[in-house]
Amino acid sequence: MSKSLNKKFHLAGNIFDSPDQVPARNGYGEGVVEAGQADENVVVLCCDLTESTRNAKFKETFPQRFVEIGIAEQNMAGIAAGMAFSGKIPYISSYATFNPGRNWDQIRVSICYSMANVKIMGAHAGISVGPDGATHQAMEDIAITRCLPNLTVIVPSDYWETKKAALAIAGIESPVYMRFGREKIPVITTEKTPFQIGRADTYRDGQDVTVIACGSLVYEALVAAERLSGDGIDVRVINCHTVKPIDEKAIINAAIETGAIVTAEEHQVHGGLGNAVAEVVAKNSPVPMEYVAMMDRFGESGEPNELMHKFGLDSKGIIAAINKVIERK
Amino acid sequence: MAVTDAQIEYLEDMATHIREDIIIMLEKAGSGHSAGSLGTADIFSTLYFHIMKHDPKNPDWEERDRFVLSNAHICPVLYATLAEAGYYPKKEITTLRKLGSRLQGHPHKGALPGLEASGGPLAQGLSIAVGMAVAAKIDEKRSRVFCMVGDGEMNEGQIWEALMFAGKNRLHNFTLVVDRNNIQIDGFTEDVMPLESLKDKLTSFGFHVIEVDGHNIRRLIEAFEETIFEKPKVLLARTIPGKGVDFMEFKPEWHGKPPNKEEADKAISELEELRSLGGKITCEHE
Repeated sequence: MSKSLNKKFHLAGNIFDSPDQVPARNGYGEGVVEAGQADENVVVLCCDLTESTRNAKFKETFPQRFVEIGIAEQNMAGIAAGMAFSGKIPYISSYATFNPGRNWDQIRVSICYSMANVKIMGAHAGISVGPDGATHQAMEDIAITRCLPNLTVIVPSDYWETKKAALAIAGIESPVYMRFGREKIPVITTEKTPFQIGRADTYRDGQDVTVIACGSLVYEALVAAERLSGDGIDVRVINCHTVKPIDEKAIINAAIETGAIVTAEEHQVHGGLGNAVAEVVAKNSPVPMEYVAMMDRFGESGEPNELMHKFGLDSKGIIAAINKVIERK
Repeated sequence: MAVTDAQIEYLEDMATHIREDIIIMLEKAGSGHSAGSLGTADIFSTLYFHIMKHDPKNPDWEERDRFVLSNAHICPVLYATLAEAGYYPKKEITTLRKLGSRLQGHPHKGALPGLEASGGPLAQGLSIAVGMAVAAKIDEKRSRVFCMVGDGEMNEGQIWEALMFAGKNRLHNFTLVVDRNNIQIDGFTEDVMPLESLKDKLTSFGFHVIEVDGHNIRRLIEAFEETIFEKPKVLLARTIPGKGVDFMEFKPEWHGKPPNKEEADKAISELEELRSLGGKITCEHE
C-alpha cells in the first residue's frame, strides 16, 4: 500500500496491485437488506428489474415489503411518496436513465416538495453500462437531481461505500438520490473505511493539485496520483461521494492549499460534480480548474472500458487534466 | 344505516357554505380555478362531513381515512372544506395565493393541516393515494384512502399506471372519485381526447364502477358506503362545472378564472338564495 494514502480511511491494500473487482450495485443489494433488518419500515419498490438492480435478496428476505410496480417509473415515485407519508421508508429502484430520468416531475413534486422520505436508487448509471448505448447511459442524472431542493445526492465510489451508504440513508429523514453503475469496478475501500453522508474524504494528501472525484473515478484519481508521484507531482485526492450537500470546507481548503483543482466524474460536464465544486471555488477561493467528464455529447455502444478510455474518463484523462491545470497555476 | 333527511339537509347546507367560501377566496386571490371547485362541493361535503373518519384537531391521527386531491388546481374546494371542518381558522381563506400564505396556489403538504399531499402536476395524486392504500394494506390498518381525479386529468399516462397497480393489488381500501364534468381547458373531453367508454375502461382495470350524480348527496353516500370486497372502487361522479352559480355553470371560460367583485357578489347572493331553499341542488344529467 502506498505510503501517501491517508491511513485513517483504511483503504484496500491492493489498490495499486490488483484490486478486487465487484459491482457497486452488489453493495446496494446487501446494504438495503441490512437497512431492512434494522428498520421494519424499509420497503423496496422495483420496476421489473429486480435482479439487475440487485433487489432479489430483499425480495426473498422480506417478501411482504417488496412491491413490484411493473414498468412504470412515474407511478413508482408517487406510490413511494404515499407510502412514505404513511411512515414507510421506500427505496425505489430502476435504471438511472428512467429513475430519476423519466419520473423527474414526480420526484420534484410528489417527493421533494413534500419532503417524502423516499430513497431513489439510480442503477446502471454512467457510460460504463456500455453496449446498450447512449439511451441507457445515464450521464445527466446528477445534474437533474442536484438542482432539487430537499434532495441529498450521493455517488459512492465502490462496493463497500455503496453498501454503507444504502444503510446510512435510511437514517436521514429526507429524500435521497443515490447512483451506481452496473459493471465490476475496483474495490478501493474496506469494511473499516468510515463513511459519513456530507463529508468529503481526503484519501490521499497532496500539496500541488487536488483531484475531487466521485463514483468509479475515485479509483482512477488515486491511480493517476500514484503515477504522478514518480514525476514529483504531489496530488491530493478527495472522494466527494456526497455531491449535495457538498463539503464546502474540504473544497475551499483544497483550493487554498493546493491552488488547482481537477474534478472527475462519469457524468456530463454540465451540472454534475464539477459544476458543484466550481460553484464553491468560484465564490470562495478561485483557482484554476479542469473537468474530467463527458464533454457535452451523447455516448455510444462499446465495452465499458473502451468507452471510459475513449471519453477520457480514466487515469490517463485525469493525468492530462492535472498537467493542464498545473500549467495554469 | 339509513341517512335521515336532516343529515342530507345539513350536508347540502355545508356544500353551499363551501361554495360561498370558494367564491370569497377566489375573488380575493384574483386568480384560480372556479368551475371545478364549485362543481365538486357536494362531493367534498359528503366525504368530509359524513363518510371519512378523521379528526381536524388531530390531523396526523394514524388511523384516519385519507383524501388526496389529484386534480389539485381545484384546491379552493379542499381549502374551503378544511376550513369548514376546523383544520385551520376560516379567516385565513382570504390569503389564498398571497405571499406568505399557507394556502398555496396548489397544495403544499406540510404547509396546512389536513393536506395529505402536494399536488399540481396532474396524475401524481392518484399514485400517492394508491401508495397510502398499499401501506395501510401492508400494515393491516383499517384506514381507507379516497382520491379525486379530474376527467381531463385522465389523459395522463400515469393515471393508467396507477389504476393498473390498484386493480392488480385488489386495493379494497381505496376509493377513487372521477370528477366527470366533461370539460377540460381546450374544450369537451370527448373532443380533446375521448375517454369513453370510461366505465368499461375502469371495469377492465379491475375496479368496481359506480356511476353517480355528483350533486345528489343521498346517492353519493350510498355509492361511498356500498361494500365491495377484494376490489378498489371508483365513483364516476357526473358533475356540472360551476355548479350552484347560475352564470358559471357549464361555461368553459370559468375553468381557470376567478370572479371579480361584482360577479362574486352576484354569486354569493345566488348561493344565499339557494341556502334559503335548503340546498336542493339537482343535477341536469338526471
